Amino acid sequence: MQYLPNILFTIALVAGIGYFTLNIRKIIRNIKLGLAVDASDHTAQRWGNVVRIALGQSKMVVRPIPGLLHFFVYVGFIIINIEVLEIIIDGIFGTHRVLSTFLPTGLYNFLIGSFEILAFLVLVGVILFWTRRNIQKLRRFWANEMKGWPKNDANLILYFEMVLMVLFLTMNAADQSLQALGSPHYVQAGAYPISKFIVPFMSGLSEATLIAIERGAWWLHILGILVFLNYLYFSKHLHIILAFPNVYFGKVVPKGKFKNLQSVTNEVKMMMDPNIDPFAAPAEGTTETPAKFGASDVMDLNRIQLLNAYTCTECGRCTDECPANNTGKKLSPRKIMMDTRDRLEEIGKNINKNGEFKPDGKQLLDDYITREELWACTTCNACVQVCPVSIDPLSIIMDMRQYLVMEQSAAPMELNVAMTNIENNGAPWPYNQMDRLNWKNEN
Amino acid sequence: MSEALKVPTMAEYMAQGKQPEVLFWVGCAGSFDDRAKKITKAFVKLLHKANIDFAVLGTEESCTGDPAKRAGNEFLFQMQAMTNIEVLNGYGITKIVTACPHCFNTIKNEYPGLGGTYEIMHHTQFLKTLLNEGKLKVEGGKFKGKKITFHDPCYLGRANGEYEAPRNLLEKLEVELVEMKRNKRHGMCCGAGGAQMFKEPEPGNKDVNVLRTEQAMETSSEIIATGCPFCMVMMNDGVKAKNAEDNVQVLDVAEMIANAEDL
Repeated sequence: MQYLPNILFTIALVAGIGYFTLNIRKIIRNIKLGLAVDASDHTAQRWGNVVRIALGQSKMVVRPIPGLLHFFVYVGFIIINIEVLEIIIDGIFGTHRVLSTFLPTGLYNFLIGSFEILAFLVLVGVILFWTRRNIQKLRRFWANEMKGWPKNDANLILYFEMVLMVLFLTMNAADQSLQALGSPHYVQAGAYPISKFIVPFMSGLSEATLIAIERGAWWLHILGILVFLNYLYFSKHLHIILAFPNVYFGKVVPKGKFKNLQSVTNEVKMMMDPNIDPFAAPAEGTTETPAKFGASDVMDLNRIQLLNAYTCTECGRCTDECPANNTGKKLSPRKIMMDTRDRLEEIGKNINKNGEFKPDGKQLLDDYITREELWACTTCNACVQVCPVSIDPLSIIMDMRQYLVMEQSAAPMELNVAMTNIENNGAPWPYNQMDRLNWKNEN
Repeated sequence: MSEALKVPTMAEYMAQGKQPEVLFWVGCAGSFDDRAKKITKAFVKLLHKANIDFAVLGTEESCTGDPAKRAGNEFLFQMQAMTNIEVLNGYGITKIVTACPHCFNTIKNEYPGLGGTYEIMHHTQFLKTLLNEGKLKVEGGKFKGKKITFHDPCYLGRANGEYEAPRNLLEKLEVELVEMKRNKRHGMCCGAGGAQMFKEPEPGNKDVNVLRTEQAMETSSEIIATGCPFCMVMMNDGVKAKNAEDNVQVLDVAEMIANAEDL
């Protein structure tokens, strides 16, 4: 029976990672529902962006306070994972602080010491994040789309992280006390610049109690990590993984450059070619259906746009800088991303249930994103510029406008007037093209 | 100022078998909007002053298609684009300057994919090169020491990363440049982009241009400088809405340089 903990641990580990992998595969399947897109260009620039924007957090620190706090949590998350490695080895093989037997004492002490300091900084960061959301009530965290689950999700993540850090420090404090008692399994190892302040609270506890605390904290910490890992799939917190590929696939051409639709180019070229036979029947064997213009549902979006939706962590910087949102319009770029993900998830569940997508009478347009939101956008790119993980909400708005105008002829009336003018006289206003140079003779 | 400006057209150049150094793409606003026409004329005067050999398309110019594209009408956009590209390529145009960031962005970024590749500059970039090359000289004149704020046009700034050219010109005018809280990368739109210029705004609690004008007025500048005919309309309307016409002027950077030179 002495191997029972090892076996239980291994089962928990395999189950945790296995379920997570299963869900990641669902995400990949859902993203692949989108249109394929070629992103094999600008490789050097893309990697540069990953280093600068994703690893280097260059867009987070534009706002110094949350930028710094996020930096603590981010570095803490990455570095403390080295400790998780040790925990996993210990768990499987029943060792204790196994790295201390491999690494030089100085290095091991330095590592454990820095984990503690980082854990403390993470704790501080997370607590301040919580106060910004719940006490300070920053506007961007209390927008309409943040009611209900998104709000609870955000707080749950913070509670998770608080508990994990407290468990980590408690475990270390109990370990130190046991080392001081000379408890057999507890090797003399590590430096504990933070948890040493917890040790006095444990004075006078028996060895058995201390072992119970240490083991309890150890188990809860690693199980908590596994639960948290699996929580990601259901949460906006997926960004801790997806931010990296998302930044890689982010826009690398000038922000003002909107893609030209190839299907339209083909049609326009045909129209302008005097040699083409307008009555020609399609070539033998072509069964191709004409391309749909624009997007009315998530399958009409491309895979990068769908990855964007899963990556969004709902920080709301986009909405905070959106001129339409700033002036009380319904448009919120963050809501565009949240709606896209919600609809994609709905389709994913439909596929899980039916084996393939069974039309459910719903779509992204109107059932999630209203026309009023789409028409309020000034295409100013403020949302794209400010997103710390290179999400492009504007491209989704544009694709949906294309659907409205080219598939449904449903532009606002004044825009139809402007477009008719462009068609008839080459300007959005009803002036004659022949008067275009009159200004030179006017005073 | 009764004598007409000398503005040669490409057709005239062609007839003489000549090719201008640069094509001035005037744009719809610059051709038809009364306020924007003043910018067009100011820029033409500067081109003459610097002895630039330029021409316009005149009646052969047509909308670039920008508002159609941003409204979602890709079809109309590409029709406009390909027609314009045929005209431009027919004349063998290689270099274009425009005073409209929307035309600038469309020709720079969206025309190449449809067969129209040109070297294109926004007029503030062009004026900056003229100053650097010594073809044009500018001194502070009447703007020296005046408090001025610059409103970044989205399609010049964020869309194409040009924040410095207009500011360099203002520096040459020796103004006291006061930045708004939201400037450059974080500059706020005037509310005209994405074809909003041609429609009523959606319901909200304020118009975008009024909010942006308020931000500009917080700097207590006498002049709001900009580099876009649409921003010009929006900011002017904003100033009117705030009943501040007597205290705040909206000027294009090109107009300021022409005024400083008393052209």
